[in-house]
Amino acid sequence: MSGQGWIQIGLYFIVLFALIKPLGAYMARVYQGERNFLTPVISPVEKLIYLLAGINAEEEMDWKRYAKVLLVFNFLGFLAVYGLQRFQAHLPLNPAGMSAVSPDSSFNTAMSFITNTNWQGYSGESTMSYLTQMLGLTVQNFLSAATGMAALVALIRGFARHSTKNIGNFWTDMVKTTLYILIPLSLVFSIVLVSQGVVQTFSKPKTATLVQTTKDDKGNTVTEQVIPVGPVASQIAIKQLGTNGGGFFNANSAHPFENPTPLTDFLEMLAILLIPGGLCYTFGVMVGDKRQGWAILAAMTIILVMFLAVTEWAEHQNNPMVARGAAEAGQTVAGLSSAAGLPAGNMEGKEVRFGITNSALWATATTATSNGSVNSMHDSFMPLGGLAPLLLIHLGEVVFGGVGSGLYGMLVFVIIAVFVAGLMVGRTPEYLGKKVEALEMKMASLVILIPVFIILVGTAIAVVTPAGIAGASNPGPHGYSEILYAFSSFGGNNGSAFAGINADTPFYNTAGGIIMYFGRYFIAIPILAIAGNLAGKKKVPVSAGTLPTHTPLFIGWLISVILIVAALSFFPALALGPIVEHLMM
Amino acid sequence: MEAAKRKPAALKGLYRQAIIESFVKLDPRKMVKNPVMFVVEVVSVLTTALWFQALLGHGEAPAWFIGNITLWLWFTVLFANFAEALAEGRGKAQAESLRKMRKETTAKRIEKSFCIGGGVRPEERCIKVVSSTELRKGDVFLAEAGDLIPSDGEIVEGVASVNESAVTGESAPVIRESGGDRSAVTGGTTVLSDWIIVKVTADPGEGFIDRMIGLVEGAKRKKTPNEIALGILLSGFTIIFLVVCATLLPYSLYSAHSAGTGTPITITVLVALLVCLIPTTIGGLLSAIGIAGMDRMIRRNVIAMSGRAVEAAGDVDVLLLDKTGTITLGNRQAVEFIPAGGIDPVELAEATQLSSLADETPEGRSIVVLAKEKYGLRGETVHASGDHSMHFIPFTAQTRMSGVDIHGSEDTIIRKGAPDAIILYVEGLGNKVSDGVHTAVDKIARSGGTPLVVAKNGRAVGVVHLKDVVKGGIKERFAEMHRMGIKTVMITGDNPVTAAAIAAEAGVDDFLAEATPEAKLKLIREYQAGGRLVAMTGDGTNDAPALAQADVAVAMNTGTQPAREAANMVDLDSNPTKLIEIVEIGKQLLMTRGALTTFSISNDVAKYFAIIPAAFASTYPALGILNFMHLNAAILSAVIFNAIIIVILIPVALKGVKYRPLSAALLLRNNLLIYGVGGLLAPFIGIKLIDMALTAVGLV
Repeated sequence: MSGQGWIQIGLYFIVLFALIKPLGAYMARVYQGERNFLTPVISPVEKLIYLLAGINAEEEMDWKRYAKVLLVFNFLGFLAVYGLQRFQAHLPLNPAGMSAVSPDSSFNTAMSFITNTNWQGYSGESTMSYLTQMLGLTVQNFLSAATGMAALVALIRGFARHSTKNIGNFWTDMVKTTLYILIPLSLVFSIVLVSQGVVQTFSKPKTATLVQTTKDDKGNTVTEQVIPVGPVASQIAIKQLGTNGGGFFNANSAHPFENPTPLTDFLEMLAILLIPGGLCYTFGVMVGDKRQGWAILAAMTIILVMFLAVTEWAEHQNNPMVARGAAEAGQTVAGLSSAAGLPAGNMEGKEVRFGITNSALWATATTATSNGSVNSMHDSFMPLGGLAPLLLIHLGEVVFGGVGSGLYGMLVFVIIAVFVAGLMVGRTPEYLGKKVEALEMKMASLVILIPVFIILVGTAIAVVTPAGIAGASNPGPHGYSEILYAFSSFGGNNGSAFAGINADTPFYNTAGGIIMYFGRYFIAIPILAIAGNLAGKKKVPVSAGTLPTHTPLFIGWLISVILIVAALSFFPALALGPIVEHLMM
Repeated sequence: MEAAKRKPAALKGLYRQAIIESFVKLDPRKMVKNPVMFVVEVVSVLTTALWFQALLGHGEAPAWFIGNITLWLWFTVLFANFAEALAEGRGKAQAESLRKMRKETTAKRIEKSFCIGGGVRPEERCIKVVSSTELRKGDVFLAEAGDLIPSDGEIVEGVASVNESAVTGESAPVIRESGGDRSAVTGGTTVLSDWIIVKVTADPGEGFIDRMIGLVEGAKRKKTPNEIALGILLSGFTIIFLVVCATLLPYSLYSAHSAGTGTPITITVLVALLVCLIPTTIGGLLSAIGIAGMDRMIRRNVIAMSGRAVEAAGDVDVLLLDKTGTITLGNRQAVEFIPAGGIDPVELAEATQLSSLADETPEGRSIVVLAKEKYGLRGETVHASGDHSMHFIPFTAQTRMSGVDIHGSEDTIIRKGAPDAIILYVEGLGNKVSDGVHTAVDKIARSGGTPLVVAKNGRAVGVVHLKDVVKGGIKERFAEMHRMGIKTVMITGDNPVTAAAIAAEAGVDDFLAEATPEAKLKLIREYQAGGRLVAMTGDGTNDAPALAQADVAVAMNTGTQPAREAANMVDLDSNPTKLIEIVEIGKQLLMTRGALTTFSISNDVAKYFAIIPAAFASTYPALGILNFMHLNAAILSAVIFNAIIIVILIPVALKGVKYRPLSAALLLRNNLLIYGVGGLLAPFIGIKLIDMALTAVGLV
């Protein structure tokens, strides 16, 4: 890796960590209902919304009500997105005259956007009207992110409160998250993006006359090119910030209108980890022990760096198959690369504008979080370069993870780590003064089990059914990896794709939609159950007999638990995909 | 009862019984209670069927291979059952000795209540001899010298010496009498002298010994909260690995089809992989650990009324310890003679010693001893002279002093007692008490000690300093507790000044002076409201409310029935210091579970490296590079390792992991190194060794 690459990665982490504390502190103020610098501007709007929606902001909910309201609200979002797609032909803001989206694709996309997965079986620029993109997809980008954050805040309250049934109010959590956090950040970010050349317009796709005519697959001469545009910047900002990842264009952040300059590339990558990182600090503040937040952030960062190292290393290797080909032609890979003006290493599927270092960094960040946006094609990564993002999804999307969902998933791993470690020090395990007992273990086991179940079973069904096998564009281990990646992306609510797969089929749309649903809500409900149960418990005071959960030892233990659980769950599946592919190269 | 007396019958018999039990426990209705091992049993049945199929020539793999795997799978189940049976067997042996004394006996039931009273033995016509099984709660019976007490009860009249060695192992008889704190009797103990009238407090089969039998046998063992929570986690892992292995079949089908070479993975190999992955080590030993925890309590002569109480002992944050008997030796002892101005210290010592010669109280004896040690006085000179007659004046509540009148050539009158009483006595005789004596008295009182003033022939000659003596080594014990994060609180009836002095000397974290039962209860509630778990010991009826409130309550066996009812543990030795050991046993129980869970899960990494390359060798030979252990019989070796590790760890499960009082952070580090890192590495070595052995005997 070049010195420039090292500097880029270093700068990335420095800027990220500089922003985590102020943002985290601000979010803590928002959730604790304290005044902040935006209160004078936003508070009237907030109150107006409560008034119009008939929300009693003072009301507190127990976990069952919180969960019920969350599910109902998300279901309404599903209906809205589904309906917009099915009726977009008859609705305004459709200058390109897009027709209705198919039922299975609509189902998949609606599920994908309410679950914060943002898997895209469709090509945005050739399928969705501006209205669908804005009112359906972009709105869900905000609301699905806010849903995850609301559930997280409810869980944090479970730790912070004691002897109560109540874990907060879903409505106010949603409104506060959206108004105070997501909208201001997205507003600023989208303006910066526009300044860099990301398009933001309602006008029709542009038509350009080709300098050199070409022929289409029917043999007709093509003289014109249609260049799709639209309200892009407003969607890209939240897509990155809210760990959504669903691009306006099919090429996602590899597209010049989504990600035009090195600066936007840097900022968009930064936006991926920004809120998930900040929430760790928010957590520390809200539970009254900032060290706990830093400890979790440290565990996340260490895992991220480990996987980043693997991906960077793998992608900076020359593809041995290319090397063999070059040798047969009497040349070297280095010679070929420099002749083409490319750096050595695996450049297949990467934007020349971003290069290897930034592509690998993006791939790691986007899979560590459940973002799923891409600036390169993961399908073309080296086997081990593709293994790292895949395994990051398999970790349960807890390394930074989705906004809210990443940290609540991580807290479940903390609960399991605390449980086993707590036994080893001879006490009923406790975390943040709350005893970890049967109900917590039941729910925590579900949270670990469900993604494993849906990913492995989904993949198993796909590899033995013709409809499933048909989706993979490569044979052998690589095709298998494509299918495994797709289901991992569904199950982990990631949304990135191994690209090689053709997933816009009734099989993948339906299976994917169902798996995304389970992967989201069958995690969120146990999380809220834990929150409710924890809130009702007494707080045990800390003593020398209490297992400290902020020390390097515990951080190391937590990392081991996460890695071992994922490795044990997915090693056989990975052995038949990326691992054997690597060994056979 | 000492461990030696409870020594199980011949060890050989114990093992034979456990082996038989391991087969009896194969009953699926019993196995289903342990989900992890139930899964192993189910798949063992499956591979057995596959083996028969192979024997008939239609096997998916060679019959010897399926047969061997099947055999070791069954061993896995049996080894786990054996561990449980062995743990239960040790309890059963103890229950057996208890049961012997619960043999049916006769009871002298008193049919009419007017027969009781007046301190006389009821007349014969009031008594009906019935079988002990006919006694019901509320009945009243007579027990005389030589009688076996037929049931638990409360003495309503009389006083008797009772041999309780059957329960406590202590052969010295104890006095039991009506009223007060020594009124409870236990069925199965024997009256040695006198007679008592007892009211039955437990129906047949529900008495103290019955409960003990039930508990040590494990028959009434309920899963404890933490055991349930761990069981859920283990079931979760089991389901995950079921999914992992079940989905491997379709993956393998796809891979074999896609690669165009090799055969899909066989069911036998999948089953082998499954059993190696699911946490059989901890799953097989979990119940043995719990039973052994109870057993370790019993070995220290503590009967826990539930496993929950043992577990809670590990969580205790606050120990309430009675000063007397736990922290101090129980009696004040003389530590210093302070003579009044102009008096020879030896004269004071001699006078005090003389006055105490007949004083059989521990305080009195300690004075004699101190005088001997300090000044070489033996108290014999007086007797030796022969021409003296000594008349000892005993202590009474009215005079609040004791002493001796020595009549001889020259009469000597010595008195010792509470300062105000002696001062009054001296001044009554017209003498003045010197300022030095007053100062000494004040100084001793302020330091928490008890001053005794000694007067000889009507003059105050000095002061004896009586002091509570803190038990040797107790301070270090409390420092350990402190490091473990456990707060020690001393409970005493002393005034705050005395209490503070002793508390400081013993190194307890806090104290409750002038403690009343109400104050004790209030203190416990306060700690609990703060989220702490409180442990205490008690023996009196007035301790019962506090015992009932405490999370871990240890009643002394010498205590009253209400105290024993309210507690969740009974200490047969009636040794209040035992509380500290009880906490350690509780912690050890949880630590053993945690350590073996970590070990069990860490083991899986090596098993993957053994099995996966072998399982897919025909489809993807390239995966052979993962077989860096160069195993020949990888799958069989892994299965055998998985089975015998259970046997190897049985001693750890029964004895518990080594416990040292360290802070949580250090404990975690040590146990992670031993059981985490050790668990990661051990199977690599173990599987390789088994593989070498299999290769050597030519099995592969």
